[in-house]
Amino acid sequence: MTTAIAISGLVKTFGSTRALDGLDLTVNTGEVHGFLGPNGAGKSTTIRVLLGILRADSGSVTMLGGDPWADAVALHPRLAYVPGDVELWPGLTGGEAIDLLGRLRGGLDRRRRDELIERFDLDPSKKGRTYSKGNRQKVAIVAALAFEAELLLLDEPTAGLDPLMEVVFQDVIGEAKAAGRTVLLSSHILAQVEKLADRVSIIRLGKIVQSGTLAEMRHLTRTTIEADTAGRVTGLEQLPGVHDAEVGDGRVRFAVDGAHLDGAIRHLSGFGIRALTSHPPTLEELMLRHYGDELAAEHAAEHQGTRQAVRK
Amino acid sequence: MTATATPAVGRTTERAGGGALAGTGVLLRFDLRRDRVRVPVWLAALTLGTLWVAAAFPQLYPTAAERQAAAATMNSPAGLAFTGPAHYLSDYYYGSMLSHQMLGFMVIMVGIMSVLMVARHTRTEEETGRAELVRAAVVGRHAQLAAALILTVAVNIALALLLTLSLGSLGIGGVTWAGSLLYGAAHAAAGITFAGVAAVTVQITEHSRGASGMGLAVVGAAYLVRAAGDSAGSGLSWASPIGWAQQTFAYLDNHWWPLLLNLAAAAALAALGFALSTRRDLGAGLRAARRGRPEASRALTTPLGFALRLHRGMLIGFAVGMLVLGMSYGPFLADVETKLQSVEVLKEALAQLGGATFVDSFIAMIMTLLAVVAAIYVVIATLRPRSEESSGRAEPVLATGLSRAGWLGSHLAVALVGGPVMILLAGLALAATGAPTVDESGLFWEIIAAAAAYIPALWVTAGLAVALVGWFPRASALAWLVVVYAGVVGYFGTILRFPGWMSNLSPFGHIPRIPVEGFSWTPLLVLTAIAAGLIALGLYGFRRRDLETK
Repeated sequence: MTTAIAISGLVKTFGSTRALDGLDLTVNTGEVHGFLGPNGAGKSTTIRVLLGILRADSGSVTMLGGDPWADAVALHPRLAYVPGDVELWPGLTGGEAIDLLGRLRGGLDRRRRDELIERFDLDPSKKGRTYSKGNRQKVAIVAALAFEAELLLLDEPTAGLDPLMEVVFQDVIGEAKAAGRTVLLSSHILAQVEKLADRVSIIRLGKIVQSGTLAEMRHLTRTTIEADTAGRVTGLEQLPGVHDAEVGDGRVRFAVDGAHLDGAIRHLSGFGIRALTSHPPTLEELMLRHYGDELAAEHAAEHQGTRQAVRK
Repeated sequence: MTATATPAVGRTTERAGGGALAGTGVLLRFDLRRDRVRVPVWLAALTLGTLWVAAAFPQLYPTAAERQAAAATMNSPAGLAFTGPAHYLSDYYYGSMLSHQMLGFMVIMVGIMSVLMVARHTRTEEETGRAELVRAAVVGRHAQLAAALILTVAVNIALALLLTLSLGSLGIGGVTWAGSLLYGAAHAAAGITFAGVAAVTVQITEHSRGASGMGLAVVGAAYLVRAAGDSAGSGLSWASPIGWAQQTFAYLDNHWWPLLLNLAAAAALAALGFALSTRRDLGAGLRAARRGRPEASRALTTPLGFALRLHRGMLIGFAVGMLVLGMSYGPFLADVETKLQSVEVLKEALAQLGGATFVDSFIAMIMTLLAVVAAIYVVIATLRPRSEESSGRAEPVLATGLSRAGWLGSHLAVALVGGPVMILLAGLALAATGAPTVDESGLFWEIIAAAAAYIPALWVTAGLAVALVGWFPRASALAWLVVVYAGVVGYFGTILRFPGWMSNLSPFGHIPRIPVEGFSWTPLLVLTAIAAGLIALGLYGFRRRDLETK
């Protein structure tokens, strides 16, 4: 099998709200798949459908070769889940919660559990109610990673972790990836996804708006070019795919669409390039591009004095 | 923590209206806004319940002879334990009747209302972390407790006014305006005392559930103390806030001064609450949190073991309560036997019921009430998975290999076994303390049988609750209606002589009232079948619906 998760045309409504509106998502076996989108876009809803906690209204969903709703109990021992907002039992210690979740799943690796507790610097003898948000998150992460799951469903797993623990988390996910496990990593921490993900899907208003490797996506978007030239650059603005050009004396800065990069550089070389730097688009820019029109719509709505187009 | 007195801080608090109490007014309005449905419902239920009983008395006891007979029925340790002090019986007219039969019972309700209200606006806020947001604003250390207490006191005063105005305008004989004013004030004074109790209990533990549980235990203890005092005619009644309310003898003597005891106790308790709150941090209890095991035991990590662990505290608490309750009624059996035999009217009435003895009918009555208490446990236990779900704790568990039916079923199993354990414990305690004092052979096992007969009704209660969890999760609190209805019919059915269909609506109404009635399998088997059907329905519904997520 090469596909761990195959979703097509997934629709999920809550009353009149259409949380998922024909979502398509493919996650290949063995890849770390970044799942990006702002709050309320439908990331958690998608993961909960995959967990069989929510039932799809329509569309087809296949996970690890099974139906996540009908085969939930058969599939769950093969996957691990970290929610973004972990609630623990106030009277149970963190260690007890880890063992509970692990054994209900069908067993956990004792040595691995202790190693992870050590690495994440977690005190397992404290009661659930006394943990801070970050420590509750650690409990869920240790419980999820303390056994060899084929598939990791991580829903903003590091919310509340400090930067040191964030690094530990990235190491651990890197190890999981090296061991050939599949990871669906929902996040809005772009640096994390950039570092870990092989492929990325961007979700917006319940639909995937873009999916592909980071390289592919960057190709589709603009690269920023800064160059020092011998003479003053002319005619740059007229080139196709060039945006935001700032032309100074012997210095130029512009953004160019991936497809027109070659033409722009050729044009530039006619003016004698002395120094050249190019910045590939960051995920921030990728996301902003997909949400840019939404932000613009929000502004327009505010100017009109109505807020109906505003979504969180 | 001591207040730092930099000039800037001093100025801010001055402007906001006085240091530790800054922001109380804003919080009070906020609390009122949050309780805009709750408060009217409480007030309406308490007032209408009282009016209903008061209005029924003239029809139930139209003649002086009938009122005399009612007084004679009450004049036994058991009768007085359920109602109030014997002095009321000296002139048993509608007013004193109301005060005698209803005041003690209604004050429990007022106590529950007051405790829950204070806990809800103080410890619940701290536990959920919302208090932290509020306290970060210009809000003094004591403002939240002060606002909660002011709100509760105001609601109690509103209740007193409603009772006074509505009862006074009924125009029933003996229900005077002066008496109604005191009758209402007695409710409020006792309620305010229990608000003071809650002001202390919310400081002690970190959990609102524990805090309100302790507060409610004090309400229950106050009732038991006055029950013991009134039945024995001893001064013990004076050790209970409910006793003080009853010692006003509203409608009879109209003494106001016992209410001063209520108010003094309330003031002292509230002061203690404020003092204790300065000795702890926000969100912490006075008792330090203990560490636990770093690893789970084998038993915890099975589905049933896990459910049992979550239910453990409630299970033990209720079991102890049921034992105490059963033991507290046992000693009355001998009294019932000797004292009631002299009342000629009652003998005839009981003869019409099929020749049952006083002891038998007393046992049947007690057992109904014990069954209602056991049903409270059953509803709490069956709704437990619902609170796991809405708090988001069910989600990670159901993402493991545990099936939905297995998860809900393990909680349900605790309720289905726990409920019968509760009623049998109470029956056992009643039988062990009561049966040897009465000269009636086989009574011990009859009491056990009377308790066991209620088991199918408890299962139906669990079935209804789980059906609601499966199909209408947001309405699952409606399961409490079963308990409330059974309680109202059980308690007032005898006082108000309800028609038969009213008790038939409740699963508890179909249980043979052993030892007055004989044992009969049919209703028990039918109820068990209904329970099984409801449980299957509930599990089916839960397997096919969305899990509610945060």
